[in-house]
Amino acid sequence: MKTQPRAPLGALLGAVAAGALALPALAQEGPVTLTIATVNNGDMIRMQGLTDAFTDAHPDIALQWVTLEENTLRQNVTTDIATGDGQYDIMTIGTYEVPIWGARGWLAPLEFSDGYDVDDLLPPIRAGLTVDGNLYAAPFYGESSMVMYRTDLMEAAGLEMPEAPTWEFIGQAAAAMTDEDAGIYGICLRGKAGWGENMAFLTAMSNSFGARWFDMDWQPQFDSPEWAATLETYLGLMENYGPPGASSNGFNENLTLFQQGKCGMWIDATVAASFVTDPNNSVVADRVGFALAPDNGLGPRGNWLWAWSLAIPDSSNAKEAATTFIEWATSKDYLALVAGNEGWANVPPGTRTSLYENPDYAQVPFAAITLASINSADPIHPSVQEVPYTGVQFVAIPEFQSIGTSVGQEFSAALAGQKTAAEALAAAQALAVQEMTAAGYYD
Amino acid sequence: MSTQSSRKAARLMLAPSVILLLVWMVVPLAVTIWFSFLRYNLLTPERSGFIGFTNYTNFVASPAFLLSIANTLILVVGVLLITVVLGILIALLIDQPLWGQGPVRILVISPFFIMPPVAALIWKNMFMNPTNGLFAEALKFAGLRPYDFLGKAPLASIILIVAWQWLPFATLILLTALQSMSSEQLEAAEMDGAPPLQRFRFIILPHLARAITVVILIQTIFLLGIFGEILVTTNGGPGNASTTLTYLIYKEALLGFNAGTAAAGGMVAVVLANIVAVFLMIAVGKNLDA
Repeated sequence: MKTQPRAPLGALLGAVAAGALALPALAQEGPVTLTIATVNNGDMIRMQGLTDAFTDAHPDIALQWVTLEENTLRQNVTTDIATGDGQYDIMTIGTYEVPIWGARGWLAPLEFSDGYDVDDLLPPIRAGLTVDGNLYAAPFYGESSMVMYRTDLMEAAGLEMPEAPTWEFIGQAAAAMTDEDAGIYGICLRGKAGWGENMAFLTAMSNSFGARWFDMDWQPQFDSPEWAATLETYLGLMENYGPPGASSNGFNENLTLFQQGKCGMWIDATVAASFVTDPNNSVVADRVGFALAPDNGLGPRGNWLWAWSLAIPDSSNAKEAATTFIEWATSKDYLALVAGNEGWANVPPGTRTSLYENPDYAQVPFAAITLASINSADPIHPSVQEVPYTGVQFVAIPEFQSIGTSVGQEFSAALAGQKTAAEALAAAQALAVQEMTAAGYYD
Repeated sequence: MSTQSSRKAARLMLAPSVILLLVWMVVPLAVTIWFSFLRYNLLTPERSGFIGFTNYTNFVASPAFLLSIANTLILVVGVLLITVVLGILIALLIDQPLWGQGPVRILVISPFFIMPPVAALIWKNMFMNPTNGLFAEALKFAGLRPYDFLGKAPLASIILIVAWQWLPFATLILLTALQSMSSEQLEAAEMDGAPPLQRFRFIILPHLARAITVVILIQTIFLLGIFGEILVTTNGGPGNASTTLTYLIYKEALLGFNAGTAAAGGMVAVVLANIVAVFLMIAVGKNLDA
């Protein structure tokens, strides 16, 4: 019989040798390596680009970035922290996860030096990231929602948008600006089903109508007159003045429509302001005005509150180094660094009061209204009625992702004309009760 | 020549890989079945314990369950019909000597290589969008109102997208089968005066029977688990019109990090797949025998 060829054996030996050479590098004790799980938005990509600025100042800390899309990131970090895997030293999470995980003791409370000026953090965002007096995550990006409207269309309609409009005025403005033959729709709103898609908008809108998701016994409230008013107003606006196919439109689709000049108004995230005023992508860049999200005079406005923030899981072995990094990444110095490199318009917005008091930043056209929007949101008391939960456009319970998406599907069906508002609300009520029962809230 | 001892040696040498494959299959299945009898939510680990069939009853009692099974079956049957019928026709077409046969075949095969969410997004935003899409422009050109495909006919639109993606697969397999057919029989039939349709029905189609069976079986396996296209276009909506069993498991269990319900849903999906497989084997299984 022929002897075995030598090549595979040689390759195997070579691989073992290479592995042996690599071992000392793994066994090295010197620098700490922080594994950071983060989301793939512009601000985080920018932060990765500035890694050298951090490692130059702290040579004993190395950074390893794991960048993921939002939904994948949420799944990964949630699974990691719930199973105590300990893969990540720093996680990028939002105002939805922090209250849940902080209450369970899965996050390490953050202690910063005095120079950090933790009182500088915008109060609603700080409140959303604090549990029992402990700050569990530091925000590096904050947003709310607001009205973006076409100044030329408002002028042509003979109307003037107040800084703090009511829902009634929005309805009038939408009617006046709609011109279907010219392909212009008075108002574009989210319709795609999802707890972070249409339900983020509708939950925030419901706050301004005096509605709430659950009463103090955790009974869903979709059979209340306030929710009926919310859904009927939304459907009325969209059916009469909205673009066709709205039931599958999310943020990106509405952004495209607005940039193409097809929307008279768009109520969505404050960060969209920088996209719609960018002349490279938007044909209406010079004709956009901003206003606070509408209300009904009850107190809460229809805007939401979200902050991406950096947190340390309790299972991490490098908490000190992680705290150092988080302190750097969310400090005033970091904001100045980004401003120096890429201009004030690209500084991550919505985290510190000092940013908005800076005269250089005040020149960014939508800074003031973003600040006003964020400060008008209250995650601890989102509704005029008493609520057992926190969260402006979500309910900070683990079941919300699933219930929110299911309810979002029902409302999306109403928008698509498959069922009436009353039927959608009844279906939402039934499935919310069923899911809360299965989750054990009524035991 | 294989003796008893050499056969025994052969079995012994095969044993490690067979055992590995067996473990590979059995361990996840056993763990899934075990989890399906537990209350196990990753986010509320303090509330866990054996709860018997409660996960199953909760999953089956969810309002969208029956509709999701119906949607899954409609999706699978719809895509199978479109791909097999069109696949045969296109395979017949590109089997003919054409000018540019090479590039045409590459173009016909290419949709299969596009990642499903990417393909779905292209269809959603560039073709089916009622404001900006190609279909809307075509309808406006013809003087009609644009049609909201994903809002008014979500399942049909998804069937269209998935069928577009899987058509190349069917075409390729059927083309290969066509090419393996002896042309002498066909020529003899032609000379005997058989019309083309009869030649197709009595000679070509029986020859293709095995290939069609393979296409149906393989496609069914994959189509039962279609997910990316639904997530990216309609998120299961509007209502539950495009929620399949896979999407229902995602929504009920994975979004809520509920491992118990997810395992129960997975077992229900296994049962459904087995039922479908039984019917398939009855219908087309005999074609696989040599």
